[in-house]
Amino acid sequence: MLYYDILIIGGGPAGLAAAIEAKKNGVDKILVIERDRELGGILQQCIHNGFGLHIFKEELTGPEYAERFIKELQEFKIEYKLDTMVLDIREDRVVSAINTVDGFMSIKAGAIILAMGCRERTRGAINIAGTRPAGVFTAGTAQRFINMEGYMVGKKVVVLGSGDIGLIMARRMTLEGAEVLAVAELMPFSGGLTRNIVQCLEDFDIPLLLSHTVTEIRGKDRVEGVVIAKVDENRKPIPGTEKYFECDTLLLSVGLIPENEISKSGGIILDPVTSGPIVNEGMETNIEGIFACGNVVHVHDLVDFVTEESRRAGKNAARYIKKEVKNYGSMAKTKAGTGISYIVPQMIRGENIDRTLDLFMRVDDVYTDINMVITIDGKEIKRMKKRHLAPGEMEAIKIKKEDLIASESSVITVSLEKEGA
Amino acid sequence: MYDVAVIGAGIIGTFIARELSRYDLNIVLIEKDTDIGNGTTKANSAIVHAGYDAEPGTLKAKLNFLGNPMFDRVCEELDVPFERIGSLAVATNEEEMKNIQRLYERGLKNGTPDIKILSREEVREKEEGISEEVIGALYAPTAGIVSPFELAVALAENAGDNGVEIKLESKVTNIQRVENGYCISMGEEILEAKYVINCAGVYAGEINEMVATKSFEIYPRRGQYNILDKSAGNIVSHVIFQAPTKLGKGVLVTPTVHGNLLVGPDAEDIDDRENTATTIERIEYIRRVSKKITSKIHFGTTITSFSGLRARPSTGDFIIEESKEAKGFINVGGIESPGLSAAPAIADYTIDILKEIGGGLKKKEGFIASRKPVLRFMELNDGEKAELIKKDGRYGRVICRCENITEGEIVDIINRNAGARTVDAVKRRARPGMGRCQGGFCGPRVMEILARELEKDIKEIVKDSSDSYILTGETKQNKLA
Repeated sequence: MLYYDILIIGGGPAGLAAAIEAKKNGVDKILVIERDRELGGILQQCIHNGFGLHIFKEELTGPEYAERFIKELQEFKIEYKLDTMVLDIREDRVVSAINTVDGFMSIKAGAIILAMGCRERTRGAINIAGTRPAGVFTAGTAQRFINMEGYMVGKKVVVLGSGDIGLIMARRMTLEGAEVLAVAELMPFSGGLTRNIVQCLEDFDIPLLLSHTVTEIRGKDRVEGVVIAKVDENRKPIPGTEKYFECDTLLLSVGLIPENEISKSGGIILDPVTSGPIVNEGMETNIEGIFACGNVVHVHDLVDFVTEESRRAGKNAARYIKKEVKNYGSMAKTKAGTGISYIVPQMIRGENIDRTLDLFMRVDDVYTDINMVITIDGKEIKRMKKRHLAPGEMEAIKIKKEDLIASESSVITVSLEKEGA
Repeated sequence: MYDVAVIGAGIIGTFIARELSRYDLNIVLIEKDTDIGNGTTKANSAIVHAGYDAEPGTLKAKLNFLGNPMFDRVCEELDVPFERIGSLAVATNEEEMKNIQRLYERGLKNGTPDIKILSREEVREKEEGISEEVIGALYAPTAGIVSPFELAVALAENAGDNGVEIKLESKVTNIQRVENGYCISMGEEILEAKYVINCAGVYAGEINEMVATKSFEIYPRRGQYNILDKSAGNIVSHVIFQAPTKLGKGVLVTPTVHGNLLVGPDAEDIDDRENTATTIERIEYIRRVSKKITSKIHFGTTITSFSGLRARPSTGDFIIEESKEAKGFINVGGIESPGLSAAPAIADYTIDILKEIGGGLKKKEGFIASRKPVLRFMELNDGEKAELIKKDGRYGRVICRCENITEGEIVDIINRNAGARTVDAVKRRARPGMGRCQGGFCGPRVMEILARELEKDIKEIVKDSSDSYILTGETKQNKLA
């Protein structure tokens, strides 16, 4: 059996940042396992720019952002295995994995960091009626075909869902000579970043149809068209509003789901809202010594936040290995109050925080001119005015260590309050 | 000249071809689609019925009775998943209980083994998650679940191993009487055969009318389904039907042999023999009606919706006979439910007809009853996994992340008789793309492997039908390169 102090599953932005941070914090025997043919994860197919504004204060493309971490990983001589798949994890932190070179491996790890990322929701999951021809792709799969493999997937395109990948792909397909007829969005607001709506749709005159959905796919062999209808406030199609769009391709950008099949095999408890592991301030899951970070925990909008969160996981996994974790004092819980759909981390050991802790969260609707209020056991500790909040943009707020350790086993609630309420 | 031409490579055509390959005959199996089992066979309830449902005295009843016990052996020989998990037909009120009683009596007449009416408590002992409303059920322990398209593929492969020639993408366009038999046109291509067996499913009427006047009709009746993620696969452990009512048969809920959950079907007569679209209303209907069985199903874990066409005969019963107008032309049509359950017996019954017409058939020597086992990597233990990768490194590369399907398994199912030629054909045989991501991650890799193994350009790789192209050309940069 092989042994590593820290085993990291996934060599995307989360796994890379966690590995480097663990190394910087004094752990030497680290292995990164990546199932794809190269490191970098989905960043490698994100050839557009806009990455790194927070971390590097400059705009990088996905591959450029990944390259900085890959280089650092290699300079640190951190071991990694490509084209390698983890089959399962046991609670005693023994992992089985396979590849074509090493064959079947059993690996015992001092600590494990889960960094498997997420996958896209599919047509089946959202139950679009109609035929089942070729030409229906998730936006990410289309992106891979175009940016990695060098093949186009269609000529006349409708995009369902205005998540960031859908917006990016509407522009990418246009640049490759395809005609993008429309982006339909079920919700009355886009799930993507404002800058992407401007740069990917408005700049190319691609209409964004809010409160619309695809109700039917037509075509026997290849997509021949889709029917788009307006939806009411319950997101149900309104009869009589159907419109037929002749196209050969439907791209779906209808949500991302943290990929936790391996986590489940290791007995890790998931949060029903995020579909990711429940974690504490150190990004540790319910199983001691198993950490998680990045999109496997909750879907981020910016890779910069993934990097920050993953550094935290890497650092804490290193502290765990070096037995520096402060496992005493109060244990606080976070609670998503009015207007907030979830908060990560879910559990906080105040003693274990350096000075401040970032809470990551998403709101459940679009809000303007609203207060974000943080209370600990009902006592308000912070209040921030927010001009605009949207579910598509993740919010991060800092809380101070003093506020946390001042109280016993407390509940930290974040909620939204109307101005003047 | 061939001795026998079998038209249609669904479960019936492949079963007949395989059973006929035991004899000293020159056989061709003709299929219009790009794959075996690509019509009704791939889209049905995947159930081997116990046999109480059909009207006593019909061919349906007789061949279901004979066919059901034949599954264990053929599935073992051909390495196809089959499980005899038993079925429950549940009732939620006294009137439905009366119908359950009727089914029970019919089952006795049909010779269905070991059937039993269960009380409210007895049902719960068997199925914990059953709806509170259920007051009793008909239990049939011999009912089972199978993977029908894997069975059809295995039968075709085994038929191929035993000398049957398989012609895919060969749509029969005309059949003419010639001396000693028939001349079959498939577009430009022509072949001759002494005997023809028409197993063309929803097109059996059209094929029949190429040689005879209309004597029956096949009406397509569509049924829609939901297939759910494996996390939902253990909600029930039996095939669960609803007691028939005036309003219809209700829907069934069953685990599949691969551990998913299947819910459906509805029933809807339609005109178009190609119309396997799904509709919002019907999917909502099957979801709603399934609640009568259990409310534990979370349809948020649906992997996909699909529909299939039943080949409903105008006669009400299976049509398995030599055409009265065309000697040596045997129709095997109208094989709706319990067609899959009866399939092994239908094959024998058809071959008996052929024997009668031809004056007996001679068994050949060296018939191979089994096919090369299909390696399912994840079913091996750690030691076996290690050994296999050592022998063939391609088993060390996972292509499908949802179900951990390796490259070795995919290459294997391409390079067999009746091997996969399309993305969907790979998916049906080895399951990459069947999982939660529905091919999002593995699709490009599967195409790459198909192109390499079939020595094709990746742009020629299709999803399913020959016109279902996936890629539309190179990107600008790739063109320059």
